[in-house]
Amino acid sequence: MSWFEKLLPARIRTDGKSKHTVPEGVWSKCPVCQAVLYSPELDRHINVCPKCTHHLRIGARKRLETFLDQETREEIGTELSPSDPLKFRDSKKYKDRISQAQKNTGEKDALLAMKGQVHGIPLVACAFEFKFMGGSMGSVVGERFVRAANIAIDNHIPLVCFSASGGARMQEALFSLMQMSKTSAILNRLNRKGLPFISVLTDPTMGGVSASLAMLGDINIAEPNALIGFAGPRVIEQTVRETLPEGFQRSEFLLKHGVVDMIVDRREMRERIASLLTMLMNQPVPGKQALAVVLPEDDAD
Amino acid sequence: MNLNFLEFEQPIAELDAKIDELHHVGKDTNINLNEEVIKLQEKCQELTSSIFSSLTDWQISQLSRHPKRPYTLDYIDMIFSDFEQLHGDRVFGDDQAMIGGLARFNDRPVMVIGQQKGRDTKEKIERNFGMPRPEGYRKALRLMKMAERFKLPILTFIDTPGAYPGVDAEERGQSEAIARNLYTMANLKTPIICTVIGEGGSGGALGIGVGDRICMLEYSTYSVISPEGCASILWKSADKASEAAEAMKITSNSLKELDLIDIIIPEPLGGAHRDVKMMGKNLSNVLEQTLVELEKIPVDELVEQRYQRLMQFGDFETC
Repeated sequence: MSWFEKLLPARIRTDGKSKHTVPEGVWSKCPVCQAVLYSPELDRHINVCPKCTHHLRIGARKRLETFLDQETREEIGTELSPSDPLKFRDSKKYKDRISQAQKNTGEKDALLAMKGQVHGIPLVACAFEFKFMGGSMGSVVGERFVRAANIAIDNHIPLVCFSASGGARMQEALFSLMQMSKTSAILNRLNRKGLPFISVLTDPTMGGVSASLAMLGDINIAEPNALIGFAGPRVIEQTVRETLPEGFQRSEFLLKHGVVDMIVDRREMRERIASLLTMLMNQPVPGKQALAVVLPEDDAD
Repeated sequence: MNLNFLEFEQPIAELDAKIDELHHVGKDTNINLNEEVIKLQEKCQELTSSIFSSLTDWQISQLSRHPKRPYTLDYIDMIFSDFEQLHGDRVFGDDQAMIGGLARFNDRPVMVIGQQKGRDTKEKIERNFGMPRPEGYRKALRLMKMAERFKLPILTFIDTPGAYPGVDAEERGQSEAIARNLYTMANLKTPIICTVIGEGGSGGALGIGVGDRICMLEYSTYSVISPEGCASILWKSADKASEAAEAMKITSNSLKELDLIDIIIPEPLGGAHRDVKMMGKNLSNVLEQTLVELEKIPVDELVEQRYQRLMQFGDFETC
């Protein structure tokens, strides 16, 4: 109660609860510009702040659903779920961490893969779920990636992967490390079949994922201001004992140093990747007519 | 305390010192102490075997980084001839933490590649403590492609705490350099044998670690992250390194059991550093045997087998 209300009790009593009728999750705040954002509006912008264009993180399922054409989506490797070969236990059991992550995300593990189309171009797309144990790469992630790539090979269609990962999954120890060589080996095979692989590096892509599949794109695309690198900034700071330069390991830094080909706004990703793929696959320009039909009306402005 | 011995080796160090002393006394005074010396030596052997029969994973991890442990160049000196070191990645520079070159192994020409640590402070810094930068991995890649072109088998020796986590390394694409090696090694048309001789530190180790046979010296380790690093992340305290070492199964025996490596190369009693010559012999024997076996396999079949093995890595449930 404020001092004013104490002094002059209100004659008209209102139920304070009525102020909170707005359901949870309708509004969120941009962590960069602090703008209050209306969720359906944020959804329309695929989790990009319409005010400052900050790219908020996005779940794997939402990512693939907004990337792929609505029809013809087919999930890959749903039968795979994580095991605990080392019976790993730190402050918590790995098994418990898995169940917790599964409950929180509704996913079985940190990689989602789907066969589908983008503007009518058939392809296979994968996306990391960062909320599942930091998008860490364990055996299921590696195996799903391999199966996705194999479906691309069998159907002679391209592969696209959206990375968002802290790196290897420590609880699977060396099994996890070996997923680096496994995923890299399948990309070599894909390459030899003449099929393109486009790697989209999103915030964050670090460690074992960055040092394997994510850097092996025929074209490496970064989302704006994503943290991308091998070692984490804190580890580097402790090793070199100096403060890191401004913007270190951000997309713009990587572009400048020649590690990625381009930085693409998430809202343009579908069009840009479709265009790149048709060129790589030596196909004619996608009909403008056809493109316009598929474009949602909201993107017209 | 002798700094060239680990904590659990101190009792051995003390006996060693006594034996040395007796030797000197015997020489100076012309008293025959041979019997005493032999007795003590026997005792030392017993003590060593008893200590080494029940090493913890953390102790093995310390052994893998033992300051006296033989490094890549020591093995090259011992078991190869006509070594011609080849320098540089042709793009940026020459990384001293990663060495490589042509050599003869039992007369046949091969390509040798390995991480190299330094002995004294000056060399340690020059070698960057065995932590390669991107140019190191790119030099290794250049040499591996050369080996493929001239049909030379590749022998790699892994001994690194990890790839260098530094600003310059990130600027030059550390991730890409390692990834490119994994990608290329998966399909190199020549036999590749990888041997972990000391520390197998994560992606930095794997960057020269994809091959037809993965060997580990008995007291080497191979791990996705250092026990200290794992402990500080998962246990929130680097003091729990011993627990982390245990949990991650980083020793040659555990990894062989999990079928993640192929061959364990036995070390002499007390570890490689206690009898470097014998270690060299053991290593040489295994490499020769393995190489003969691989050379019999037609190269396309070899590469297909390597690929199938890579695809098998992983443990998951299907339902």
